[in-house]
Formats: sequence, C-alpha cells, structure tokens
Amino acid sequence: MGDNITISQSELIALVNQLVDQKVNARLADVEASLKSIQGTVGTLSENCPEDRATLVVFSGEMDTLFAAFTIAVGAASMGMEVSMFFTFWGLTALRKDKTFSGKAVGEKMVAMMLPNGPHAVPTSRMNMAGMGPLFFKYLMAQRNIESLPNMIALAQELGIKMVACEMSMGVMGVTRAELLDDIDYGGVATYLGDAAKSKITLFV
Amino acid sequence: MSNVDLDCKGLNCPMPIVKISRAMKELQTGVTLTVTASDPSFKADVEAWVRKMNQKLTSFTDTAGIQTAVIEKIS
Repeated sequence: MGDNITISQSELIALVNQLVDQKVNARLADVEASLKSIQGTVGTLSENCPEDRATLVVFSGEMDTLFAAFTIAVGAASMGMEVSMFFTFWGLTALRKDKTFSGKAVGEKMVAMMLPNGPHAVPTSRMNMAGMGPLFFKYLMAQRNIESLPNMIALAQELGIKMVACEMSMGVMGVTRAELLDDIDYGGVATYLGDAAKSKITLFV
Repeated sequence: MSNVDLDCKGLNCPMPIVKISRAMKELQTGVTLTVTASDPSFKADVEAWVRKMNQKLTSFTDTAGIQTAVIEKIS
C-alpha cells in the first residue's frame, strides 16, 4: 500500500473494458451451457411425450366386439387423433375380404374352414344361437339406422386409420395377405408397441 | 356471419361426430355449423368434440328430442 501507480485515463478505460469482457464472457458461457442442457431435456421430453394418437389391439372377432373397436377408432379419428389398429388372432377376420384353400397345409385348411368368411359373417359374442343372433342383431341395427360392421370398416379406411395385420397370428391361422384387404400394413409386436408408446389411449378389444 | 347447415337426424353414434368433423374441415374460421340431430348421446358427444377440437359451441337447444347445436369454427 502506499505505492502510487500512475495510469492514464485511456489505459484505465481499456483495463475496465477488459475486465468487463472477461466477466461477461464467463457468464455467457454459463448461460450457453444451461441453454444447451435445457434444449437437450426438451428434446428428450418431446420424444417421449404422447402424441394425439390412439392405438387399439383388436384380438376378438365377433360382430359386437369388432363394432365397439371400430366405433372407438372412427370416433377418435373424427376427434382429430391419429389412430392405429392392430389385428391379431380372431380380430384378423375384420380384415378378411375372401377365403382361399388352395396351397394351404391341412391344418391351415381346417382353420380356414372354421373361421368366418369376413366381417359380414361374424358371430356375436353372446346370444349367437347358431347364427340366429347375428341375423337378429343385423335386423335390429338396420331398424335403428345403425351402420353395419362392413360399413364401419370401410369408413375407418376412408378416414385414414392405420390398420396393421399381425404376421405371427396370420402364420398360425394360415391367413395369407391375398385374403386380407388391400392397403393395410403388416407388422409384429414391436410395431404395435412403437405406436402404443406414443399414444394417449391404448385399448385391447 | 355465414352459416352451413348439417342434418344428422336419424343418425347414431358415432356418425354425427364423423359428419361434424368432415363438415368443419371445409369451413373457414368464423363460419358457423348448425347441426340438427336426434341421437340421445348427441349433447354429450358434441360438447366433448368441441372441447377436444378447440372449437366453440355457441348454442344448444333441444325441442322434443330434435337437438340443434351451433358450432363456430374458431381454430
């Protein structure tokens, strides 16, 4: 203490400026680092955030259960949601346009023989009464001006609902791609889970 | 303000909202859609639809089972 340092005004200004720059740069680096970390977090969050999407697994193959599945799917599409439907085992009947026997193994032919020809020929889950139930329900639904199941399926396609047939259950049931509707997708459990993980709603029907 | 009419009388769930969704897509912002329906679930459904789709239900009336909803396209 006590030393007298003479410094010109311009030198003082330069020194102060230098100090200010140092401080500001250090702070700026901190801010930039936290911004980068926030950007990373936001990116991860938006990747994991559910989209406006509904995903349905259609396992059953009766008129009433399929009708419920398609009503929800069509409703969700009409509420602006992206909709994916995964058809497995008995649910594959909803996508069936015809039935073939040629080129199939005996077991596959037997399954083909026992399965309904398509959504127009499905049984009801209760009160089937050897095929009388579906006829009665079709009559009741027509009387009340309720859409038929084949119409609902056509509407779902028209609304751009993604329909995926499960290849594994197609293999078990001996169902070929030629027997199913055109313009559908094919996939496995990961295809379903990929969509379900991004969905707000996921249902098993 | 211009308005478009949509007749959903006699239609059942989910058809009224399918038709509303289609009709609203065609409308410009500020235009109203007047929907008439007889479906018993129409009031609950149209209210849920409007909330989900960020639109505005400007009026709802029910005269002997014939319900009329006026929806304004705001987004």
